[in-house]
Parts: sequence; structure tokens; C-alpha cells
Amino acid sequence: MSATHRTAAPPEPHTQVGAPILRITALRKSYGTHAVLKGIDLDVARGEVVAIIGKSGSGKSTLLRCINGLEVFQEGSLIVDGRHLLRDNPKAMRELRQGVGMIFQSFNLFPHLTVGQNVMLAPQLVKKRARQQNAERARALLARVGLAEKFDAMPDKLSGGQQQRVAIARALAMDPAIMLCDEITSALDPELVGEVLRVVESLADEGMTLLMVTHEMSFARKVADRVIFMHQGLVHEMGPPETIFGAPRTPELRQFLGLMEGSAA
Amino acid sequence: MQFDFWSILVQWPLLLRGAAWTIGLTATATLLGAGLAVAGAWARTQGPRPLGWLVGAYVEVIRNTPFIVQLFFIFFGLPQLGIRLSPGIAAVTAMTINLGAYAAEILRAGIEATPRGQIEAAESLALSRAQIFLHVVLPPALKTVWPAFVSQIVIVMLGSAVCGQISTEELSYATNLIQSRNFRAFEAYIVGTLGYLSLAILLRHLLNWAGPRFLFGR
Amino acid sequence: MVEFTLWDILRNLLLAARWTLVLSLVAFVGGSVVGLGLLVLRLTGRYGADRLVAAYVQLFQGTPLLMQLFLLYFGLALAGLNTSAWIAAAVALTLYASAYLTEIWRGCVAAIPRGQWEASASLALSFGQQFRYVILPQARRIAIAPTVGFLVQVVKATALASVIGFVELTKAGGLIANVSYEPLLTYGCVALLYFAICFPISQVARLLERTQR
Repeated sequence: MSATHRTAAPPEPHTQVGAPILRITALRKSYGTHAVLKGIDLDVARGEVVAIIGKSGSGKSTLLRCINGLEVFQEGSLIVDGRHLLRDNPKAMRELRQGVGMIFQSFNLFPHLTVGQNVMLAPQLVKKRARQQNAERARALLARVGLAEKFDAMPDKLSGGQQQRVAIARALAMDPAIMLCDEITSALDPELVGEVLRVVESLADEGMTLLMVTHEMSFARKVADRVIFMHQGLVHEMGPPETIFGAPRTPELRQFLGLMEGSAA
Repeated sequence: MQFDFWSILVQWPLLLRGAAWTIGLTATATLLGAGLAVAGAWARTQGPRPLGWLVGAYVEVIRNTPFIVQLFFIFFGLPQLGIRLSPGIAAVTAMTINLGAYAAEILRAGIEATPRGQIEAAESLALSRAQIFLHVVLPPALKTVWPAFVSQIVIVMLGSAVCGQISTEELSYATNLIQSRNFRAFEAYIVGTLGYLSLAILLRHLLNWAGPRFLFGR
Repeated sequence: MVEFTLWDILRNLLLAARWTLVLSLVAFVGGSVVGLGLLVLRLTGRYGADRLVAAYVQLFQGTPLLMQLFLLYFGLALAGLNTSAWIAAAVALTLYASAYLTEIWRGCVAAIPRGQWEASASLALSFGQQFRYVILPQARRIAIAPTVGFLVQVVKATALASVIGFVELTKAGGLIANVSYEPLLTYGCVALLYFAICFPISQVARLLERTQR
């Protein structure tokens, strides 16, 4: 009963122009005997913004981390932009990762590099981008996230919100086809959340495919094309934000949303 | 009792030459030993298992035997296998192997302290394992362990005094040579010891200054 | 020419290794006593004692042990004392160990929060009482692992006594290598014996460090 809404997806989407950029089929993952993901099916269309919500331990972060191979899954298949995820093939893995950007809860900037170097490192090493071009691109991206003047600053001199925006610029520098956001505002002081979410929103507006695990319900409601509620390792309920937030069908989702409102009050 | 330091100091060209040898030995062993340490630390943290064990055994053997025995083994023992090294080369070899083991262990601790998220961020940016090690893991690890690394280099420099025993012409050898000529042993060793003390202080300052400037930035 | 079997070599080395152990023990125990005295002197900080002790530590950690040995060997003779290699080595290694131990222990004492001193002082304990009943028991716990680890360094340091002619493991190795014409085997055995002494101590130190965390 948990996967009935799969029928709501458009028929044969991958044959259309808007073929799914991400297709997850029957994905299962467990740590030892503990099953974390119990069979996930999910298609994401190019340009779509998908918000994943759910309690901690529901498997939402794990699902996100499976998409770029940070977590190993035991069963199922995962195709990103036409590429199968092959965990045992480092070369294929790197090819895939070039198309998948990720932003982390704890920023994970490289502490020994300046802001500019953080952004330029991967394009230089992986894409062999020319120095001049790389620097120009980095400056443009930092300007885009509102941090043009921080090019030569060290990460530890920045606020959390600024660090996270640098992390976004760093991920964008690889020209990803899809961007994964793993609770990217959870480690931030409340007054810094807005500046990060504004950048993410601008990405969505520009047509970037976004998959974000988030606790910011109002943001999900505003930006997402589709919201996924995960519960106990499964996609429990899925639909447009108005439906998910306005007319939740399952008691679990209702309870979850109630919990969220309760804690926010 | 009367001291006569003058008869030691007039031998300054000998002392200078000895100090130059000590500096040269230390500099060479530091460069080679650092390379060995990076390779060893890589093998122990990310290399193939058997290689990691091998490096582990090397580290333990070196750390649990005296430097002088390592030196004698190389200089007196190896010729039996047809490996005949000059005193200078034997000294550099022993110092390199010694420093390499200690520094590999120091660096390993630094590498293991790298936050998991740093590596995941690099992985998600499609960097290869080698690129992650060289560009993301190694520089901050070096920065963390630099003080311990500097101390170890100073220890190896001071330990190199033993190399005079296989007639490597470094500072302690020069000191010994002077005292054997004028029989002013105590004064000679005072001067030689002060020479080492100055070298140790200079070396420490130099490395503390150079590390942040050239190796890991700021 | 006398033929040396592996057993001959090992047996003679084992006999000499006893002196390595004795010298290590003397230096370690002597170094502990002197080191503890220096630590107390440094903590009370009277008459610039702390700076003097710091200089003492600097001197021993900033110069080669080999030179310290030579200095003592010739210095004691110059002072008119009838020295043997054994006395010179024991004194030099004791001083050397005391410098390192006092520095290790100073770090352990410094790791105890200031509040402990202040709390015990506010309870009207004298300095000696503060140290003896409040600081020392806490510092001792964190000091054990690095102190045991330093014992390895002492054992290895005793090898340098061979240079001034004291016949311990390394010196014996040199003598045997010369007469047996088996330097590779001999020095291999010497290294093995040092390893057999030091490795277990290293492991104990590592274990202590781990259980402490």
C-alpha cells in the first residue's frame, strides 16, 4: 500500500523528451541485518525539484548518499543521466559523480585551501580545466552565491551560511546535471538559513535538477515540484506539495507533519 | 683546573666542515625520509593490506631498535651481502630509514584524523583516490603533525652524531679529531655540544618557519 | 680460527644484554627520582627554578646523547673522579632520562584543569598537599602510558654507552662481529634482542594509552 502512488507517475517517461535524469529501481540497502532502504523506486525528471522529508532514521539521507555512491547498496539499480551506477568500477564511478553534485550538512570545505581554491580544485584535477578559465569560472560562481569578495579568504574565516554557499559554488563548478542537498541548513544558525535557501531557490528557478533532504517544510512547499515522504526505508507517500502538505493521506505523514508543527511551535 | 677553549676554536675550519656535513646529512635524510614517510603512511592507511602490514613491520622494527645498531647493521653487516656503502651513504641511508619509520607513524595519525566528510566531499566532486590523498587528505594532515615532524627531524639530526663512529666526517667526528690532536677532550666536547645545540635551535626555527610557508599554506 | 656457531653468538649477546637491562633500569629509576625532584622544583617556581629546569630540559633535548656521554666521561675525569665507563654511562643516562621524564610529567600536570589547584587551595591545602593529594593522583593516571613509552627510548639510548667502552649488547655485538667475521648475523641478532626487549614494552604503552581514552 505504500507504493500505490507509483501509478501516479506519467507513463513511460523515459521515452519522452523529459526522460528521467535519475531512475532508481528496487533499491535495497542494509547494514548487516538492519534494512535501511527496503525497495525504493523513483524517477526524477530533468529540471524537477524533489524534496525528501521524513523522520531521522527513515532512510532519506542514505538514499541521497546512494545516488553518488557514498553508500553501497546491495540490490536494485540506479541510473543517473544514462549512466549505471557501478560501485566496483572506480572509473565509471568518477564519470557518474561528475554529473552529480552534492552539498553536505556540515559543508565539508577543504580547510587548507582558500575559498577560490576550494571551488577550483575539482575542475582542475578532474576536468583538467585551464587555469585562467577555471579561475574566471570560480569567480563567476562565487559572485553568483554572493561571495565574490571572499575568493582569497580561508574557509574558517567565514560564517556557516557563507561556507555553505561556497560549498554550493564548489559543487556547481563541476557542471552537475543533478544536485543533491543533504539537510544543508541543519547545521546553520537560524538567521543564516535564509541566505542559503535563497541560493538554492535560484538554482531551482534556473532549471537545475534538485534532490533535497530537508527539514524546512515551508521551503519544500514553496520550491519543490514534488515531495516524497519516506518512512521506515520506503517511499511512503509522494505527490505535489499542495497535496502532501494540504491533504496528507496516510496517518504516518499526518503524524509527521503534526510533529513538525508541534516542534516548530 | 684550567680550560683552554682557544686551542679548540683555532680549529674552526674543521668544526665548520663537520657542521656542514651534519647539515647535509640531515637535509638529505629529511627529504628522502619525508618521501618514505608519505609512501609509508599511504600504504598503512589506504594501500593494499599486505603492503600495509609490511610497512607496519618496518615501522615497528625501526622504532624498537637503537639507531646505532641500524647504522652498524648497514655499514658493517651489509658488505657481507656485497652491499658496500661509503660512510656518508651509509649514514644517509640509516638516517632516512630511521626518520621514514617515525615520520610515517606520525603522519598516519594525522591522516586518520581527517574528518570523513572531507573525503566524501572530494569523492562527490569525482576526485580519484590518489587525488583525494594528495590534495585533500595530505595537506591538512601535514599541517596537524608538523610540530611532531619537526621534533623528529631534530632528533634525527642529533642522533646523526653517532655516524662519526663509522667515520662519517660530521660534527662529532670533527670534535673527536680535534681532541685526539691536542688532548683537550673536555673543551672539545663542550664546543662540539654547543655546536649541536645551535644547529638544533636553528633547524627548529627554520622548519617551523618554512612549513607553513611552503608546505601547507598559512 | 675459532668457528662461531649461531648459538655462540646468541649466548654471548644474551649475557651482554643483561647489562643493557641493568643500565636501562638504573637510568630509568634514577631519572625518575631526579625528574620528579625537578618537576616539583619547576612547579613551585621559586628563585627562577622553573626557568632553570626549562633550560636543563632544553640542554638535554637539544644536544646529542653521545656528546653528553663524552662530556661526562671526560668531565668526571677532569674533576679528578676516578670514572669507569659504567659510572659515566649510568650518570649520563640518568640525567638524560630525568630531563625527558620531567618534561613528560610537566605536560601531564599541565593537563589537569587549573580549577583543581584552585579548589584545593581554597580548601586551605598547602602547596605540597595540593600536589600530593589532588594533582598527583590525577596526573599519574595520564602519565603512565607516555612514561612506559619512554622506557623504550631509555633502552635504546643505553646502546650509546658502547661508544665509551661499556660492554653491553651493542658493544658485545661489535666485539663478536670482529672475531666471528659474521657482522650481518651478529648485528641482526643484536637488533633482534633489542626488539625482543622493546617491542613488548611498546605494546604495553600502546595498550595503556588506548585503555586510558
